Amino acid sequence: MSIAETMIPPQAPPPAPPKAYTLSRFFGSVALGIWLALGVGIFLTVVNGWDPEKFSRYGPSFLSGLGVTLALVISSILMGAVLSLPVALGRMSKNKIWSWLAYAYVYFFRGTPLITQLFLVYYGLGSFRPQLDAIGLWWFFRDAWNCALFTFTLNTAAYQAEILRGAIQSVPRGQHEGAAALGLPQRVAFFKVILPQAMIVALRPYGNEIILMIKGSAIVAIVTVFDLMGETRRAFSRTFDYQMYVWAALLYLSMVELLRNVWGWLEARLTRHLKR
Amino acid sequence: MSGPFAALFSGLAWIASLIDPLCGPIGVFRWFGAGTLLACGDAGWGDEIAYGFLVTASLAIATLPLGLVVGFFIALAKQSEERSLRLAGNIYTTIFRGLPELLTLFIVYYGLQILVQQFLATVGYEGPVEINAFVAGMIALGVVFSAYCSEVLLSAFKAIPQGQYEAGDALGLHRGATMRLIILPQLIRIALPGLGNLWMALLKDTALVSVVGLPDILRQTGVAARVTKHAFEFFGIACILFLILAMISSVVFSALERSTRRAEAGR
Repeated sequence: MSIAETMIPPQAPPPAPPKAYTLSRFFGSVALGIWLALGVGIFLTVVNGWDPEKFSRYGPSFLSGLGVTLALVISSILMGAVLSLPVALGRMSKNKIWSWLAYAYVYFFRGTPLITQLFLVYYGLGSFRPQLDAIGLWWFFRDAWNCALFTFTLNTAAYQAEILRGAIQSVPRGQHEGAAALGLPQRVAFFKVILPQAMIVALRPYGNEIILMIKGSAIVAIVTVFDLMGETRRAFSRTFDYQMYVWAALLYLSMVELLRNVWGWLEARLTRHLKR
Repeated sequence: MSGPFAALFSGLAWIASLIDPLCGPIGVFRWFGAGTLLACGDAGWGDEIAYGFLVTASLAIATLPLGLVVGFFIALAKQSEERSLRLAGNIYTTIFRGLPELLTLFIVYYGLQILVQQFLATVGYEGPVEINAFVAGMIALGVVFSAYCSEVLLSAFKAIPQGQYEAGDALGLHRGATMRLIILPQLIRIALPGLGNLWMALLKDTALVSVVGLPDILRQTGVAARVTKHAFEFFGIACILFLILAMISSVVFSALERSTRRAEAGR
C-alpha cells in the first residue's frame, strides 16, 4: 500500500460526457428506421398473405427454377473459361490479325447488352433456318435453353478473356526473365511461374464475373426459359401476388451473398502466403 | 403557363430533328437507307429506330445525375462515424448490388403500381393505374447505379489523405466549402475511370427497360423484327447502335479524363 492510496481513497471514474446528438445520428436513425419499417412491412405482408396451398404449388417450381439458373450459370462459366484462353492469347498475340480479331470479339460482347445478344441468337438465327438445317445445327438453336447457354458462354468468354489478359500482364517482367534465366522452357514457365501468380490477381474479378452472370441470367426468362426469374413471372402472372417477387429477391440475394462470402474466404485462404 | 413550355418543347424537338444522326437531314438512314427496310418515314423502320435511339440515350442521361447524387450521399453515409448511418448505407448497397437488374425493375414497376393504386384507393379513385415505364426504369436503374457508384466513390474517398481535410480546416473553410473546393475536384479525378465503367453498364442496362414496354432501341427493333421477319438484321442493328453509344461514351470519357488529369500534371 502506497502512501498515495491511503491519502486519496480510490474513486469511481468521472461519468463519460453524454454523446452529442449530431445531425448524422439523426439521419442514421431515420434511415435505419426506414429499413426496419420496410423489413417489418414485407415480413407482415408475407405472414398475412401466407397461403400453404400457394406454397405447396409454387414452392417446387421455384426450386426447379433455381436449379435451371444454377445449371445455366455454372455450365456457361466453365465453357466460357475454356473459350476465354484462346481469346486472351489472341489479345496478347503479336500477330496483327489474331489480336485484331480477338479485340473485335471482346469489344462486341462487352459493348452490347446481353439481352440484345440473346435476342440476336434466339430470334435472329431463326432467319437462317434452312442453312442451319443443312448443316444439322437447327435442333440446337431451336431450343431457348441452348440459345441462352450459347450466348452466355460467348459473352462470359469475352469478359473472362479480359480478366485473364489483365492478370497475365500484371505479372512483372522479372518473373519471365527469372524463369528464362533458370532455363525453363516457355511453356513450363507459363504454366508453373506466370499462370499461378496471374490467377491470384484474377481471383476477385472472376468472383465478380460469376455474380454478374447470376444476375444477368435473369433475362433468359424473357425468351421462355423457366429459370428462377421465369418461374417467378409465371407465378406472378397466375396469382398477382407481389410476394412472389419478394421470394425471388430473397433467393437471388442469398445466392449472391453466399458466393461473395465463399469467395472472400477462398481469397483469404489462397493468399495467406502473401501476408506479412 | 403551357404556351411557353409547348413552344420550348417544339423548338427542342425541331433542333433534335435537325441534328438527328439517324433520320435527320444528314442522317445515316436518310442517305443510305432509302428504299430499304431502314427508310425514314412510313416506308421503313428508320424513324422508329431513331426514336428508340433517342429514348435509350435520354433514359441513360436522365438516370446518371440521379444515380450520381444518391450514390454520393450513400458514400458519405458509408464513411460516416455514425454506426447506424454506415449500417443503413451498407444494407442499401448489399440489396441493390445483389439483386438482378431485371428483378429490381419488376419490383419497382409493379411495386409502384400497387403503391399508387392503394394510395389512390384511399383518396377515392378506383381505376386502372399505369406507371410510366420511363420513370420506373429511371428509378430502378438509378437505384442500381447509385449502389455501385457509392462503392466507387467510397474507395475514391479513401484515396484522399486526411491532410487534405486538415488543410481545409487550417484555411478556415467550413465543412461544406472544404468538400466543394478541396475534396470534390480530387474525388472526381480519382473516381472517373470507375464511373466510366458504371456508365457503360448503365447504358447496357437500359435495354432491360424495353421489357416493361419502354420504346427504346431494343423494343423498336424487336417490333420491326416481328413485323418484317428480318430478325437477324434488326437485332444486328440494335447491337450496332449500342456499340456506337459505347464508342461515343468512351471518347467522351477519355477526353474528360485528360482534362481532369491536367491538374495533376505538375506533380
